[in-house]
Amino acid sequence: MKFSEKWLREWVNPALDTDALVEKLTNAGLEVDAVEPVAGEFSGVKVGQVTAVEPHPDADKLRLTKVDVGEAEFLDIVCGASNVREGLKVPVAVVGAVLPGNFKIKKAKLRGVPSFGMLCSAKELGLAESADGLQELADDAPVGEDFRDYLGLDDVAIDIDLTPNRSDCLGIAGVAREVGVLTSTDLCSVDTADVNASSDKTFPVTVSDEAACPRYLGRVIENIDPKADTPVWMQEKLRRSGLRSLGPVVDVTNYVMLELGQPMHAFDMDKLSGQIDVRMAKAGEKLTLLDGQEIELQPESLLITDNNGPLALAGVMGGEGSGVTDSTQNLFLEAAFFAPATIAGKARSYGLHTDSSHRFERGVDPELASQAMQRATALLLEIVGGQAGPVTEVTSDKDLPQAASIYLREERIKRVLGIALDRQEVTEQLTRLGLTLQQEDDGWQVSVPSFRFDLAIEVDLIEELGRLYGYDKLPDTRPHGTVLTTNITETETQLERLQHLLVDRGYFEAVTYSFVEPKIQALLAEDEQAPIELANPISADLSVMRTSQWPGLVQALVYNANRQHDRIRLFEVGRVFKGDLANIEQQRQISGLIYGNRYAEQWAEKNREVDFFDAKADVEALLAVGGGDIRFEADTHPALHPGQSARVYKNGEAIGWLGALHPKLNKPLDINGRVYLFELNLSAVLQSQVPEFEALSKFPANRRDLALLVDEAVTAGQIEDCLSTIDSDILKAFQLFDVYTGDGVEVGKKSLAVAFQLQHAERTLTDEEVDSLIQTVTETLEQSLGATIRS
Amino acid sequence: MAELSSQLQALEEITAAARQAVADARDNRALDDVRVEYLGKKGKITAYLKQLGNVSVEDRPVIGKSVNQAKQEVTGLVEEQKQALAAAAMEAALKAETVDVSLPGRNSEVGGLHPVTRTLQRIERYFRNIGFEVAEGPEIEDSHHNFTALNIPETHPARAMHDTFYFDADKLLRTHTSPVQIRVMEEQQPPLRLIAPGRVYRCDSDLTHTPMFHQVEGLMVDEEISFTDLKGVLSDFLQAFFEKPLKVRFRPSYFPFTEPSAEADIECVICGGEGCRVCSHTGWIEILGCGMVHPNVFEHVNIDSEKYLGFAFGLGVERMAMLRYGVNDLRLFFDNDLRFLSQFK
Repeated sequence: MKFSEKWLREWVNPALDTDALVEKLTNAGLEVDAVEPVAGEFSGVKVGQVTAVEPHPDADKLRLTKVDVGEAEFLDIVCGASNVREGLKVPVAVVGAVLPGNFKIKKAKLRGVPSFGMLCSAKELGLAESADGLQELADDAPVGEDFRDYLGLDDVAIDIDLTPNRSDCLGIAGVAREVGVLTSTDLCSVDTADVNASSDKTFPVTVSDEAACPRYLGRVIENIDPKADTPVWMQEKLRRSGLRSLGPVVDVTNYVMLELGQPMHAFDMDKLSGQIDVRMAKAGEKLTLLDGQEIELQPESLLITDNNGPLALAGVMGGEGSGVTDSTQNLFLEAAFFAPATIAGKARSYGLHTDSSHRFERGVDPELASQAMQRATALLLEIVGGQAGPVTEVTSDKDLPQAASIYLREERIKRVLGIALDRQEVTEQLTRLGLTLQQEDDGWQVSVPSFRFDLAIEVDLIEELGRLYGYDKLPDTRPHGTVLTTNITETETQLERLQHLLVDRGYFEAVTYSFVEPKIQALLAEDEQAPIELANPISADLSVMRTSQWPGLVQALVYNANRQHDRIRLFEVGRVFKGDLANIEQQRQISGLIYGNRYAEQWAEKNREVDFFDAKADVEALLAVGGGDIRFEADTHPALHPGQSARVYKNGEAIGWLGALHPKLNKPLDINGRVYLFELNLSAVLQSQVPEFEALSKFPANRRDLALLVDEAVTAGQIEDCLSTIDSDILKAFQLFDVYTGDGVEVGKKSLAVAFQLQHAERTLTDEEVDSLIQTVTETLEQSLGATIRS
Repeated sequence: MAELSSQLQALEEITAAARQAVADARDNRALDDVRVEYLGKKGKITAYLKQLGNVSVEDRPVIGKSVNQAKQEVTGLVEEQKQALAAAAMEAALKAETVDVSLPGRNSEVGGLHPVTRTLQRIERYFRNIGFEVAEGPEIEDSHHNFTALNIPETHPARAMHDTFYFDADKLLRTHTSPVQIRVMEEQQPPLRLIAPGRVYRCDSDLTHTPMFHQVEGLMVDEEISFTDLKGVLSDFLQAFFEKPLKVRFRPSYFPFTEPSAEADIECVICGGEGCRVCSHTGWIEILGCGMVHPNVFEHVNIDSEKYLGFAFGLGVERMAMLRYGVNDLRLFFDNDLRFLSQFK
């Protein structure tokens, strides 16, 4: 709601300056978004009248004018505007004037002709964003008067960002009422007296859907002067509220809407047929709106119709065919109350948002229609003349919102707000809001006036009390509550631990969008299941939900690689979305990638590119935090290098992937060099176990190393599995510490070196025991994997 | 038989030569040679001692004493020289091993947490410390949890104001973290203290909006929780977060799921309340929305609103991070530019 401060002060004029007034409003929940001057900063501009126009001897586009600014002599002013003409009244910047931007008007010569001032456009005075030509003033504008005084330009436009519950303040009258309450100031009386009918002309109205339209008022005004001008004061008020002047009839309906908060509509009565009926749309009906667009009407759209069909989309916008034009002579004026639930969402469903729909969907005072009708009639008769008929009213009392009656408990005020208010204060504050209170034993029975339809339950009244008391005056307290138990589980690692682990290993954490480009996702997806698609994506490249974090991470990689980073390590924690709408899985994952050099550029080590085992080391470190049985098994993933990809298992369950990006994807993804990726199910990684102590042996440990010769196809994992089958209480651990092929090793074979740690819990091992175990080991490996001992 | 004086002089000459030889010895071997030359079994001083027998009885004590003195002196000198050589050798070795300590350590590069995470972790830590649990909820929500149960019925203008991403008539991307309140309250009766951090989505993208951002929802429900408690908890939190005593202002506002509702402003952390571009010259920065849980919300989750009261709040994580770290462009949070990320280590 944007309005002129002067206009508000016609209604209520507290002894506060603009800043203080604005602060009051903001602190009462009517947040002031902006306070802007209604005109640019200028001085020395007068109302003038062009008395003569002659061509410039040396310039086609310039004219020589004589201008009367109320002084003894007319001014010679050279002007280039196309609408300059004899008799025109315009704002004139005289010599010495200063226009916005500190533009000083001096005596000048234009193409050799002296000029003593400047005729101004609205733009040049900061009254409009743009203008074509001079600002044309009304014929009755007083020549010689200071232009600022003439239009009352020493004013500001206050823009309030109203919350949806306060649509009662979508009119000057409502804001004034609120200011009156906040500043304990009485409202000035503004004339909205009834206008008696001067004709008996009516137009019949029926309402077929009374629930949607509980009240409809219509009035005929005949024989208006469609050529009349909207008075300057009204144009200016509209302008300061951000509305353009569109002719006197529309201006009046807009003015009444801004003033009282009641949207109205004027029909050209000569274009109406039979009678008005307010009803729901029927299948297949169409309507061409005032803005020229034709819409196919959806059912559940409330319409104003006549015998020929739809005239207007009720509460949203009128139709082109029945609208007022500059040849309209007879009006049918509408002021109605449409049920908010009927209007809500309608404008939006047609891609519209109007001042009217904005008000009706939030709610309009159901008792306002009559007053608005009288006000509009009075203004119209004053501006365009004509004879008004009596008001036709169709009201369904049972469908009108009922004024609320609420019981307010004194004790509840203290429980909710945290402080007790004394009875007198409660009564005074609520009475100032226009509520009626009846004192009872432990509270009040409160009746709410029709204009505060947002107040429906007890706590609404408590909010009003808190608001008027001032949130800032309420103390800050610390809650007293039940002491709650907290969870300190050791079976789930804190996510922070994993994040810090990767950070300490040189990773930066990324946050990428949850919706991605379908094409990139398809390249990186594990399977061909279609991703979940947004119905209204913000753009085509953010239109499907990610099934993996790799698309986002890869795009972040490309972004940074294009900015000369030769070493990139990124990870992300977040949800991925699988399945379909009927069965959505929204699992949290931790994913990452590495790319480029193993080390940041440095002097100490020979650098190299990262490889599979660099990424694996990071994954192993992540998984080591939670423990459990971790396995990596060669497996294929469409986005990964078939010889460098592993499915990751924890305690037998597949929990993710690790591998090199498939080289065929480098080109489509615009990547140079190898990328190693991983993704892990977060809850599986976080799953942890409580450590279980094992007694430390007091006896020395033995180490035996074996060099094994195996087929090249035998994996370290197979050897590990095989060794795990050996049942021994002295074999504590084994590590693979060398892999060798080449000289000295037969082609097709490889040599693996394994170290065995042997220890007994209760005694020193004998050589026989050690030899016997090593014997078992070699036999087992030989039988299962054909391994031979290399000597 | 030589004269005593010439005897003594000869000894002095040998001793002087020994002094010089010790001083000239540049390493342990040379020094040992000197020691043998003068003090060894056949050494010059030893030899001199041996020929004492030729000296007259009365001169013998004088010469004997002198010879012993010379021997002691040279032995001492050799020892000193030995130590000096060892010290010099150590010094030379140390010098040779000297490194440029200003060179960087090996592979010392650490990464960094995203500023959103960093901010979330601080917020979570604060609220955990005062007994709040962290709750999670789905990001693809249904309209019941995202709207209806939060007292935003189908026709409410607030639905239109949310710029919602939809999948179908019911499924949507949550527009706020508030549905987590509902999900927790559906499962648990009060007392409740929780915060719900996470991603939220609005169909809006321009200089100051990204289609995805982060919020933290907070909820406290107990038998006696009042609006002044809400003010106290949030004022304390904001001071703790920004680590300075800040003015906090609460203004009436409107959210369908709270009543009374408020918005909290903090004194602008950029200009200290003087007025600057960041605070649109008001000196205040809007930081969060909050209020007392609306009775209709309690009704949706079967919590007795006569017995229990509660407050809820929601704050924008990127906004907090921008103010805390002075970031001036929201979109930077989602570019994942390493030049940006590496500033948060």
